[in-house]
Amino acid sequence: MTTITVNNQMLNVDADSDTPLLWVLRDHLGMTGTKFGCGMALCGACTVHIDGAATRSCVLPLSAVAGKSVTTIEGLSKDRSHAVQKAWLEIDVPQCGYCQSGQIMSAAALLKTNPKPSDADIDAAMSGNICRCGTYPRIRRAIHRAAALLDTGADK
Amino acid sequence: MKAAADLSRRDFLNATAVAGSGLILALTLPGRAGLSKSAAAQQAGGQLNAWLKIARDNSITVIVDRSEMGQGVYTALPMLLAEELEIDFDAIRIEAAPVGDAYINPGNGGQVTGTSNSVQDAWDKLRMAGATARTMLVLTAAKRWRVDPAACVAKNGMVTGPQGKALTYGELADSAAKEPIPKNVKLKAKSGFQIIGKPRARIDTPGKVDGSAEFGLDVKLPGMLHAALAQSPVLGGKVGQLDSSASEKMPGVRKILSTASGVVVVADHFWQALKARNALRITWDPGPNLQLDNAAIQAQLKKTAASDAGLSARADGDAEAALESAKQRLSAAYYLPLLAHATMEPMNCTADVKAGGCDLYVGTQVQQVAQTTAATAAGLLPAQVRVYTTLIGGGFGRRLDIDFIPAAVEASKAVGVPVKVIWTREDDMTHDTYRPPAYEEVSGGLDAAGKITAWKLHITSPSITARMFPPVKGVDDSVIEAAVNNLYDVPNLAVSYSRQEIGIDVGYLRSVSHAPNCFVIESFMDELAAASGQNPFDFRMRHLANKPRQRRVLQQAAEHAGWGKPPPGRHQGIALMEGYTTHLAQVAEISFAGGELKVHKIVCVVDCGQMVNPRIVESQIESGIVFGLTAALWGEVTIVGGRVQQSNFNNYRLLRHNELPELEVHLIDSGEAPGGIGEAAVPLVAPALCNAIFAATGRRLRALPIGLQKLA
Repeated sequence: MTTITVNNQMLNVDADSDTPLLWVLRDHLGMTGTKFGCGMALCGACTVHIDGAATRSCVLPLSAVAGKSVTTIEGLSKDRSHAVQKAWLEIDVPQCGYCQSGQIMSAAALLKTNPKPSDADIDAAMSGNICRCGTYPRIRRAIHRAAALLDTGADK
Repeated sequence: MKAAADLSRRDFLNATAVAGSGLILALTLPGRAGLSKSAAAQQAGGQLNAWLKIARDNSITVIVDRSEMGQGVYTALPMLLAEELEIDFDAIRIEAAPVGDAYINPGNGGQVTGTSNSVQDAWDKLRMAGATARTMLVLTAAKRWRVDPAACVAKNGMVTGPQGKALTYGELADSAAKEPIPKNVKLKAKSGFQIIGKPRARIDTPGKVDGSAEFGLDVKLPGMLHAALAQSPVLGGKVGQLDSSASEKMPGVRKILSTASGVVVVADHFWQALKARNALRITWDPGPNLQLDNAAIQAQLKKTAASDAGLSARADGDAEAALESAKQRLSAAYYLPLLAHATMEPMNCTADVKAGGCDLYVGTQVQQVAQTTAATAAGLLPAQVRVYTTLIGGGFGRRLDIDFIPAAVEASKAVGVPVKVIWTREDDMTHDTYRPPAYEEVSGGLDAAGKITAWKLHITSPSITARMFPPVKGVDDSVIEAAVNNLYDVPNLAVSYSRQEIGIDVGYLRSVSHAPNCFVIESFMDELAAASGQNPFDFRMRHLANKPRQRRVLQQAAEHAGWGKPPPGRHQGIALMEGYTTHLAQVAEISFAGGELKVHKIVCVVDCGQMVNPRIVESQIESGIVFGLTAALWGEVTIVGGRVQQSNFNNYRLLRHNELPELEVHLIDSGEAPGGIGEAAVPLVAPALCNAIFAATGRRLRALPIGLQKLA
């Protein structure tokens, strides 16, 4: 039994300690918003926050998460009210949508440390997240839009 | 491309009322018009073949018969229906269609999401369904009020009449279902459109920003087990000897079974299944492909090209004679590599085989084929298999194939509970149905004035259709589309095709033959222009005398890109195509700094006729450009000893955020019939880029990808 905190809830998980957090979330906790893309931290579809930092959950064993605080797409907001989600909705970013949980989690982590990112900052923070549909131009616009929403206090 | 479905507007709709269910509009294809009224009602009651359900509680459900894989059908198709039904669009709910004859796409010969024709297919059908339902609701209200239907107005889900009378669609639905189907329902003219042609937020976006959208990978069923699959590393191989003793003892493992797809390991959780799969000791029977590699494939295609004249796909005038007598002649050979689909969601399938039936939860572009495949694997009749189509995390043609279905069905049957089989990225990359390679030889002749008098193109490539949708009579259209649809004024033109299989399964990839064909045509147009000292833009315009749509996209692309006046150090290349009845032109702008290719900008002008949702059109064009750019720069699958060498995103490179050039998309509202937009932008990128590289370096690239070749 390993105790982890997911979306502010303490949970006991009965999984082998080498199980990647991704599969703990998906198979053991039923939180399927976090996606499996590559299993090697190459595509970012599995991105979650560990103590606030964007982290690839597909290569992170459960044992490394014990006592840490995990935030998934399900916990980013209750009602799509996070500035990044609002911007994503406004600009209609997703196409197939499969990579978008990871894109959103990476963008949210970026804005937390850098509330006014430049295009170069966005490139640096987001290049680990692949989108095969090519929503990149909209993601860039949406991150700038989310920054503006945060700046005007329309969101926090 | 065939025109939109030629359905008789009078005969194809049925309405039915089911106690407590309101109005259900169903559709019967003309070929099945003989279906008795009761049989039709029974089908509709069972919700087979239904298009629209208006319930007593005013909920409105639109059944969408095309799979949503990012291209926007879950939004665009309901928009067509809503335009005529007069409802609040935001009140619509979506249901994925089950397998049903009514959902056959005549343009594709089956219930298939492909060839970018979902809107073309739905254009009349769904507007008619909406208009018919609206008319029935109005007639019902008029009857109840004993007034002239002309005095009633349908708007926002409500019929209003004289003296403030008003009834909601839900209140009218049960009675409306008993009305005869009205004939000669009139559809709105374009000038009356309130929904069609206007930008609108996608219906599927909310679930895709909060993680609730359900893809195949996310299906959860009570008691479900998880499975991983071991497949032969050599393509086409089979399980020889299996020693599963170590795996059987591993935690959570429930069952290990050998199937035609490979060895399936079923466990409580996927990670357990994967670890146990990796512990299997399998001696594979490699089959016939142990010697297969890229050089052998290319040599075989070239050999066939040299020895086989091929089947004629188009022959105008006498290309041979015109080449002989041309003032200037040019010949070249082009080669296109194998490509992987690399959808972000790896292949997966969930099956629940139970007494007398099977429920299949799968992201598929071919519901009927999925059904028969599962039925065969389960030993059931197709009608005993219910297909639930999930959202698709990237299709691009990969999910026109069904190779990921049987293992889930066989495993579920073996363990008696639902089983989800997931392929890892490595499974997916090394067991794709790859975009086939093509070897294309082209010759052109010019007269003294520098006009093309002859064009001869011989394509040698495997046939995808012969494997997936046999039989193919004559030339496989999916190999020669854009080559046959050569836009330029050429009096003597010959296109021929030699089929040469390569020993492994090849599949349809987004834009299919348009990509290789357009690469060859648009590169060779540049070669002819250069050989005769003409500007590539002017040269193309000279050969488009009576082609106003083509001229316009080309002209506008040149204007928006500042053709001929690139910034210092930059170089431009241009390309033109018509595909899926959409016309496009692209201009790529590049530079070489220190011998490194940098793509700065791609301008794309698109005339896809009547747009349904311009916001989605723009996204799809951007998407196609990124897809085309990825393939042009780096796309290549290599095979050694029958094994695919690429395994994950570290060695099969996809474009990332930091590699995105500036994209500029311009949409033309031409008022023509709707064209396809999902695939159309892909093919132009490679020739536009290679033409720009030629402008910069004088080096002509006749093989892709660009990225691995020395350019400076």
